[in-house]
Amino acid sequence: MSDDKFDVIIVGAGVAGSTAAALLAREGLQVVLIERGPYPGSKNLSGGVLYTRALERIFPEYAEEAPLERCITNQVISFMTADAAFNIDFKTAAFQKAPYNAFTVLRAKFDRWLAGKAEEAGAMLVPGIKVEQVLKDAAGKVVGVVAGEDELLADVVITADGATSFLAQQAGLRGRIDTRHVATGVKAVVALPQSVIEDRFRLDGNEGVAYTTLGAATRGVAGGGFLYTNRESLSVGLVMRLDDLVRTQSRPAEIFDEFLAHPHIAALLKDGELLEYGAHLVPEGGLAMLPQLHMPGMLVIGDAAGLVINNGFAIRGMDLAIGSAVAAAQAVMESKAAGDFSAGLGRYKTILDKSYVMKDMRTFARAPHFLDNPRLFKDYPALLADLMTRIYTQDAAGKPPTRAEARQSLKDSRISLAALARDILEGARAL
Amino acid sequence: MKRLSVLEKIGRDKFELDEGHPHIEVHEEELRALCPDLSCLFVCPANVYSVQNGRITADWAGCVECGTCRVACPPEGLTWVFPRGGFGIVYREG
Repeated sequence: MSDDKFDVIIVGAGVAGSTAAALLAREGLQVVLIERGPYPGSKNLSGGVLYTRALERIFPEYAEEAPLERCITNQVISFMTADAAFNIDFKTAAFQKAPYNAFTVLRAKFDRWLAGKAEEAGAMLVPGIKVEQVLKDAAGKVVGVVAGEDELLADVVITADGATSFLAQQAGLRGRIDTRHVATGVKAVVALPQSVIEDRFRLDGNEGVAYTTLGAATRGVAGGGFLYTNRESLSVGLVMRLDDLVRTQSRPAEIFDEFLAHPHIAALLKDGELLEYGAHLVPEGGLAMLPQLHMPGMLVIGDAAGLVINNGFAIRGMDLAIGSAVAAAQAVMESKAAGDFSAGLGRYKTILDKSYVMKDMRTFARAPHFLDNPRLFKDYPALLADLMTRIYTQDAAGKPPTRAEARQSLKDSRISLAALARDILEGARAL
Repeated sequence: MKRLSVLEKIGRDKFELDEGHPHIEVHEEELRALCPDLSCLFVCPANVYSVQNGRITADWAGCVECGTCRVACPPEGLTWVFPRGGFGIVYREG
């Protein structure tokens, strides 16, 4: 590598980093994109649903070009007990028409494509190099990075180094991460023949289904499960709040095995072959964990900035990563025009605040609090299973009216009416 | 799907082993003093941590680099950094 000064150094070739690199390279800036893995995506793992509207604005060709798995046309929410599942199942053909809403992706493939788009635009991709730390001048402004043996200099360093962001911490943009603000995601990719997937999940062509599960999925630990269809595999996993795992001294790998063995899930995985097992942190603390987003000479984007929303229905991170990359690229261009990469980079926060990223972060700001409720993961799935069992049971002793069965279910669940009312109200406010 | 142990699951993954360069260091005394529950022994999804001959050991070669232990465990008890560039877990699916 040369000792020449770059316009921008971007650390991490994930969704956020590669998007920012493509946008800035298109503007004619000299951009270097540094990735610690042997290739982009090799360190990255997501549940796998990418909401693509944000991607489309930047790469309108994505639907034809990108290695997408399946177009999500069927969303299922499943409240599970040990032996029952109450499902809300929504399927619409509308999601299969442009502008598409969401696709499953496998990051090792998708991120390679996206980094390729950054290279096409003129960014220089440097894989297999770990950035050790940022370099600051005497005044404390970030002026570059130390990577391997080299010191690289730039007007701006954008860190997109993911949920564990060492660089944001080392630069002083964020402190130690709190267990309350992250979840541990564990995931398996399970191979199945395409025809089996399409028959088993009633899918036509590139249609796909996304299951979200609550309840027995996590043995009552705050969090949930997912199962998504890819072309020739399934992505199946759990996302569990780390503070709850620590408090209950739970083993995520063991809970995951129970989840895979749950009759409702095992039937969907039948005859599958495990291709890969992995884990990743999910920064789902919302606004409460937002770091300082900029400092002289440096910006932080994507998971590294904690830009993830979990509202119980879906966990979004990749589309917010794209939104933050757009805001960062615009802030860099404006700062360049103004010749001020110190205080000028504060534009990033202003632009981000006005974008859908922070609008949605604010809209769902109460979601982490709402989801911090054991009734959601234990009592309500049990209540629903009990109620449905009563409703569908016909015995020879005469059947009580459904309203009486509902009252009885609620009574047996030991959920007080006050708690139920509070949860409904809290849910309405949070979502 | 056939039930597999964590070790068997990790066995399906690809790793670039950086022989002689562990990226995890356990500081036994500090860890035991600051974290009586020894969270690392249960919270790691890849079962990297175990007690061998009475000592807490990290089988760092099978680490999937999620960072769970780095958040859950006291920093004085555990030094956890990313492996050197190009080494460690190599997701082929992700």
